[in-house]
Amino acid sequence: MKLRSKLFGIVVSAMLVVMLLLPSAAEAKKLKVITTLTDLASLTQEVGGDKVDVEALAKGYQDPHFVEPKPSFLLKLRNADLLILVGLELEIGWLPPLITQSGNGKIQPGGLGYLDASQFAQILEIPQGSVTRAEGDVHPMGNPHYWLDSDNGRRIAKGIAAKLSALDPGDQAYFQQREQDFETRLAEADKKWLTLMAPYHGRKVVTYHRSWPNFAKHFGLDVIGYIEPRPGIPPTPSHTIDLVNQMKREGVKIELIEPYFDLKTPNSIASMVNGKVVVLMPSVGGKPEITDYFKLFDYDIALLTKAFEETK
Amino acid sequence: MRRFHILVVWMVAATVAAMGQQTQTPAPAQSTADDKAAMDKRLRDLEDRIVMLEGEIRQLKAQSAPPAAGTATTATGTQPPTQEPGAQQAPPSAPVSQAEAVRLGGAGGAASKALNPDISMIGDFIASAGHNPINPTPSFQMHESELGIQAIIDPYARGDFFLSFGEEGVDLEEGYITFTALPASFVARAGKMRAAFGKVNTLHNHVLPWVNRPLVTQNLVGGEDGIDDAGVSVQRILPAPKNWFMEFTGQVYRGDSSDIYRAENKNDVSVVGHLRTYKDLTESTNLDLGGSYSRGHNLFGTDFITNLYGIDATFRWKPLQRAIYHSFVARSEFIWRQQNQPSITVCGTTCPPFSTSGFQRAFGFYTSADYQLGRRWFLGARIDRSDRPFNASLVDNGGSLVLTYWPSEFAQLRAQYQLTRYAENFDSHELFVQLQFALGAHGAHPF
Repeated sequence: MKLRSKLFGIVVSAMLVVMLLLPSAAEAKKLKVITTLTDLASLTQEVGGDKVDVEALAKGYQDPHFVEPKPSFLLKLRNADLLILVGLELEIGWLPPLITQSGNGKIQPGGLGYLDASQFAQILEIPQGSVTRAEGDVHPMGNPHYWLDSDNGRRIAKGIAAKLSALDPGDQAYFQQREQDFETRLAEADKKWLTLMAPYHGRKVVTYHRSWPNFAKHFGLDVIGYIEPRPGIPPTPSHTIDLVNQMKREGVKIELIEPYFDLKTPNSIASMVNGKVVVLMPSVGGKPEITDYFKLFDYDIALLTKAFEETK
Repeated sequence: MRRFHILVVWMVAATVAAMGQQTQTPAPAQSTADDKAAMDKRLRDLEDRIVMLEGEIRQLKAQSAPPAAGTATTATGTQPPTQEPGAQQAPPSAPVSQAEAVRLGGAGGAASKALNPDISMIGDFIASAGHNPINPTPSFQMHESELGIQAIIDPYARGDFFLSFGEEGVDLEEGYITFTALPASFVARAGKMRAAFGKVNTLHNHVLPWVNRPLVTQNLVGGEDGIDDAGVSVQRILPAPKNWFMEFTGQVYRGDSSDIYRAENKNDVSVVGHLRTYKDLTESTNLDLGGSYSRGHNLFGTDFITNLYGIDATFRWKPLQRAIYHSFVARSEFIWRQQNQPSITVCGTTCPPFSTSGFQRAFGFYTSADYQLGRRWFLGARIDRSDRPFNASLVDNGGSLVLTYWPSEFAQLRAQYQLTRYAENFDSHELFVQLQFALGAHGAHPF
């Protein structure tokens, strides 16, 4: 038995020595950036160009609240130079254990490689007074779906450019130039989107989850209710009836749904109000053709304007 | 809070002044369109600046002390940079606060609530019906109230404490520091923790997919408490083929764990080694394999050794786009426990129940599957089989059906029917109903 114990000790010690001698990360000239969501990855790519290797953890068609903290994510995080997250507790259910287990000191909260993008964005629906879970799965620091406003996209890109410049000062001019270029292109695109949406300014809609306040504000939509009775609580019959009555009263025909929610209740509401369910994509990659931040808005606005036309 | 208001007012005033200056600038001889574009850009820049400052304020609010606390600067020097000059004057209460700072250590009496750890409590209420003289359970019990206290300690470490309150006593289930910024990608822990032996041993009660633990865990791996001991742990991701995840965990414990290990002296430490391999088969499916070994001195004394060997496998399916509605998890663990023990004539009345003489080779396993029917409903089944550790010729078998309902993310109602055929040829039929509920911010558990 003692021999076995010694043997085990030797094996463990040998493994630890081997692990110590191994290089902890492959040498790479590019900054390795991991983002939680694809939208942040797209903005980082716009700013970082060919000086960064960027990858998102969650997929664009996934509910960002409920991502599984898979060990394969640790392989991405362990060598990251920079982790960019949405913050405001959107990723609280899955990101913290990944950061802890990554063994990467750079991306720990407060580290140079940890960037909470919410600090750059205009945040809506910040609860006032005390917050309890009687209100559902509320975010005490404000609504985290802020990237769906192109003004916030611009601000986040600026913040990312500053962070990339801090991590790679030699390429600061490159990042700043790309950020300026992105800003110009975004301003042009935004002008086009606003023009397309202008005829529908003030139109009332309902949404499934509180995912669209920034989008609605930017394009002048009026969100009058939600299919969820409370954030994170599935629809209930009584709430659905109340919502249908409200929609009928106010002549609301459009429901905006994220791709990861079941369509049964929205479809039945649509049939009752003679309305339309519009499955908007909240993130880049939600559909194969939505390959970047610009195409995300192109896609959503095309769907939305078509739906408004059909429900005049 | 006052200093934030002043800061906001200052910002707005500065913004208005800047805009005023811009509008007073003599208009150059440019086209109206150019002027408008330039003005739009300036306004946008100013708006961005305000939003950024708002973001900084949010961060300061989260990090700095409230006004009352901020007036008494603690030894930790966490005074926010935007503190207004008036707040620098020490009020009469400052010496008291400083005394508190000394007494309370690094936290300080005036430390902000924002720096308090995340605190949570998870209640676990179980009602049971049926007859089981081998492993009796009360009709109603507040089985466990788990208090979680978790926070980042400093840039290099975080701390996690989980205190388990039973109806009659308190137990430190886990309490450890995790060093997150070690060189060479090591992650180390020190404190009391659940050992990395297999899957179930690492899980807290509230994340189990059943009301109770499998027979093999109860018989061979220390029951509900499992291998849960004070010691140190080191883990590291190992080099592996592309897209494979491989991680080794090595742990050394004092050597006191339930009915598995007992340390009569300081040399009687126990060790645990775990190798985990994981692969995403597709974006919706993955396979998780593990091998575990543990060794320590058993209840019969320093000269008597128990060896534990385990292999575990978990298959998961969760379609990403419908992840909140459907999922499937199949898991199994096979565990071998080998131990030498004295003749029962030597230990006499101090022998554990059902003991027999000589070297024992006990084996057990469980296999379970859980399917998520809808957003709130889960259906599962488990098959159990396990020898008894102190007399491996005695074999218990069992099976369970489990139905779970989630009213919300923070509460869970579960019913479990369990049939156990004990080695004494006794069949136990039991029905458990469990209600779990979570208060506060309970940190996510590792996958």
